[in-house]
Amino acid sequence: MRILIKNGHVIDPSQGLDAIGDIFIENGKIKEVRVQKTPPHPPLAKGGLRGGDLSKKTGKRGTHPSFRTIDAKGLVVMPGLIDMHVHLREPGFEYKETIKTGTGAAVRGGFTTVCCMPNTYPVHDNASVTEFIIRRAAEEGYCTVLPIGAITKGQKGEELAEMGTMVKEGCIAFSDDGSPVMNSLIMRRALEYSKTFDVPIISHCEDVTLSDNGVVNEGLMSVTLGLKGIPAESEQIMIFRDIALAELTGARLHIAHVSTEGSVQLIRDAKNRGVHVTAETCPHYFSLTEDAVKGYDTNAKVNPPLRTDRDRQAIKEGLRDGTIDVIATDHAPHHTDEKLREFDMAPSGISGLETALGLSLRLVHEGVLTLKELVEKMSLHPARILRIYDKGTLKAGSEAEVVIVDSNRELKVDAGNFFSKGKNTPFHGWILKGMAVTTICKGKLYEQ
Amino acid sequence: MPKELMNEHDINRALTRIAHEIIEKNKGTKNLCLVGIQRGGVHLAKRLASEIKAIEKKDIAVGSLDIALYRDDLNIRKEHPVIRRTEVPFEVTDLKIILVDDVLFTGRSIRAAMDALMDLGRPANIQLTVLIDRGHRELPIKADFVGKNIPTALSEVVEVQLKEEGERDRVLLKKIKRGT
Amino acid sequence: MLTTKDLLGIKELSREEIILILDTAAGFKDVLGRDIKKVPTLRGRTAVNLFFEPSTRTRTSFELAAKRLSTDVINFSVPTSSVVKGESLIDTALTVQALGADLIIIRHSSAGVPHLLSKNLRASIINAGDGTNEHPTQALLDAFTIKEKKGKIEGLTIAIVGDIAHSRVAKSNIYCLTKLGAKVRLIGPPTLIPKEIEAMRVAVFHRMEDGLKGVDVLIMLRIQMERQGKGFFPSIEEYSKNWGITSERLSHARHDVIVMHPGPMNRGIEITSEIADGPHSVILEQVTNGIAVRMAVMYLLAGVKRS
Repeated sequence: MRILIKNGHVIDPSQGLDAIGDIFIENGKIKEVRVQKTPPHPPLAKGGLRGGDLSKKTGKRGTHPSFRTIDAKGLVVMPGLIDMHVHLREPGFEYKETIKTGTGAAVRGGFTTVCCMPNTYPVHDNASVTEFIIRRAAEEGYCTVLPIGAITKGQKGEELAEMGTMVKEGCIAFSDDGSPVMNSLIMRRALEYSKTFDVPIISHCEDVTLSDNGVVNEGLMSVTLGLKGIPAESEQIMIFRDIALAELTGARLHIAHVSTEGSVQLIRDAKNRGVHVTAETCPHYFSLTEDAVKGYDTNAKVNPPLRTDRDRQAIKEGLRDGTIDVIATDHAPHHTDEKLREFDMAPSGISGLETALGLSLRLVHEGVLTLKELVEKMSLHPARILRIYDKGTLKAGSEAEVVIVDSNRELKVDAGNFFSKGKNTPFHGWILKGMAVTTICKGKLYEQ
Repeated sequence: MPKELMNEHDINRALTRIAHEIIEKNKGTKNLCLVGIQRGGVHLAKRLASEIKAIEKKDIAVGSLDIALYRDDLNIRKEHPVIRRTEVPFEVTDLKIILVDDVLFTGRSIRAAMDALMDLGRPANIQLTVLIDRGHRELPIKADFVGKNIPTALSEVVEVQLKEEGERDRVLLKKIKRGT
Repeated sequence: MLTTKDLLGIKELSREEIILILDTAAGFKDVLGRDIKKVPTLRGRTAVNLFFEPSTRTRTSFELAAKRLSTDVINFSVPTSSVVKGESLIDTALTVQALGADLIIIRHSSAGVPHLLSKNLRASIINAGDGTNEHPTQALLDAFTIKEKKGKIEGLTIAIVGDIAHSRVAKSNIYCLTKLGAKVRLIGPPTLIPKEIEAMRVAVFHRMEDGLKGVDVLIMLRIQMERQGKGFFPSIEEYSKNWGITSERLSHARHDVIVMHPGPMNRGIEITSEIADGPHSVILEQVTNGIAVRMAVMYLLAGVKRS
């Protein structure tokens, strides 16, 4: 298939591109990118490119089956988004989500690569599960799936999982996400051992003894609603520990779902000291506060919990000043029945793939990030952290993972219409400005 | 324009006559008591008690009865009737109760009042006194003592205003406005 | 009339609605003083007590209140029901509604359960206690008792003593009494009073002698034996010595102070028998008033047809 994307605002931080231009894709790879700042070439219509008569105007829908021209005037063309924190639930929890429905939701949301967390059933702590995931993704996945393996066997936090064999089978990082590795010695060993394979350890930072089965942020809202609270310190204590261990071992630490002001400050200080730590946050932490839990809405129940407005502002500042490198979704789909129950018993999680881009673009509209910085947070930086250099870029020769975004188009969030099986979102009914209109990956093109 | 059916003097004369009738029919005030239905009936019952005292020189017990809890139309009303106090500080068993209300219309309030009284005890008898009987009975209820009989249309309302409620003593006939 | 179909908490009630409930309860208290303690008002309606936590006194109080209104009552206790067989909460509640319940009185150990049912059921939901959130009818009967004894609530100094952090009774009382204009004080060890509570416009004391000065009403909370050994206080004995109410401590309060307790009491721990049975105590009247208040709540929720 050959695709020509014309006149779009091309943003590719990996090449320092931020100008109007064209992109030509052939056989699933980026063949050429041309922007106005580069030396003048003969106009495309006069056949300046090899391989075909491009003067044939095929229009938006295209009458020629294997050659599409997309007029991206007024639209933004960027490398496909990479979500390095997603729960695809397969194997074992297919009633919540499958690789097929999860990747379909990803593509809808503008993501061309997702990394799936290992808290499946069985836990992804050995190479045969890696192989299963990779095979299923090849068979049914709409976008690229890169698996994240468990740090410890069964995610129990006691024995290291076989990282080497899993890396060989295709794992690109390790995490016990859903749980922390509470035992500091095990975490230290995990960080040291990971250096062999040069993979990041992604840490879910939470002192579960301090959390003590809390379900919301500890503060005025938890007292008012009579719900058990999780103090901010629960996250901060573990971040402090993990940064110290990263310093001790020299390993690559990536901190998942940062939610508090104190956490941002700890990471900022560590980076200033030169520690090799990276961090991510999720759209709900810069879009909502603990107030969202009023009325006991289980769709706002998430771990770490939604915090105060002060924390929310600190997260935005952390994104702005570079302390937080990545925006990931922590996409956590659950069955409707599971969320339709007592707040204490409902599982935590927000189905986030289909709202992430719209929510993140608000940061651009608010002036917290430039569009280029947003693309870095959602595409380039994840690629760099995971060392997947043929992604997060529009460089000629790389795999064609491209998303075209209409940053002005308004969309009303309708959970019932999600491609994901998970309809659990606190953003239902929100009007978001900006969405992916075309996603290209795995040799296919998806439009909406 | 509401029409005035009775003025202050008319009301007073009616109450005086009714007081005499009650005493005459009951051959005195022995075992007699008055119970007024909230709110208009309560004021009238108290007035009747002083009239009777002026005539017979005897005190007669007065109670007030709230019938909201016994209404038969709770299922179809849109708003809760306000619950007022029921104060009958005496044993009703074996007493002759003069039940007092301001306007007798369908008879349903009286039915509710009788149910309420029965829950308080077993009176010897219940005699109904009303200031106005406006007809249109929906239940077989009849007043024993009546201030004035006034034929009315269903589209009309009879309103008794009393000075205990801060108005002038009078009885008005009003037309029901559409949508009220 | 109440604006919603449910009573989920005092938080959700306006001051006017609280006063309406208290005034209505006064009318119902009259009924309870008669020989025939029954009115036909809610005849034909069905009330279901759906109790996921054991409770004889509250459940019996609601049952009596319903029966006094001529309502049919069903008691649905968890151990004897299908919830043990794995049925979800929503399914249990929908089944109860399908059996014809107009009123569902729910007690559950998880906060927010009445709210969940309210959103998903047509029936009127009355919160009889949800986790550590609220116990609204308790606060209403407490307010009714105070008003009856003191003539008013506004301007009174009212102290609540005990495990505030885990007490839904304390929370509902705080909301109710502050809405009615009282000055509320909390007395207890710092481990049992969450620091955020001061945002609810209450004064916090840690010593009884300080907190009881000038108090008109004293509400003693039950200390739960299960809290022992969790680090909140060293021992029940120590708790009792520091925060139990004794005649000597009570002398710090106003001479006409009234002493209240939601029950059941731990005699000798948070309250001495002398005080529980003494002239300041209104504890038994709270029980009687509880029925009148619950009748008022049921009447105001189910008494007229809701479209």
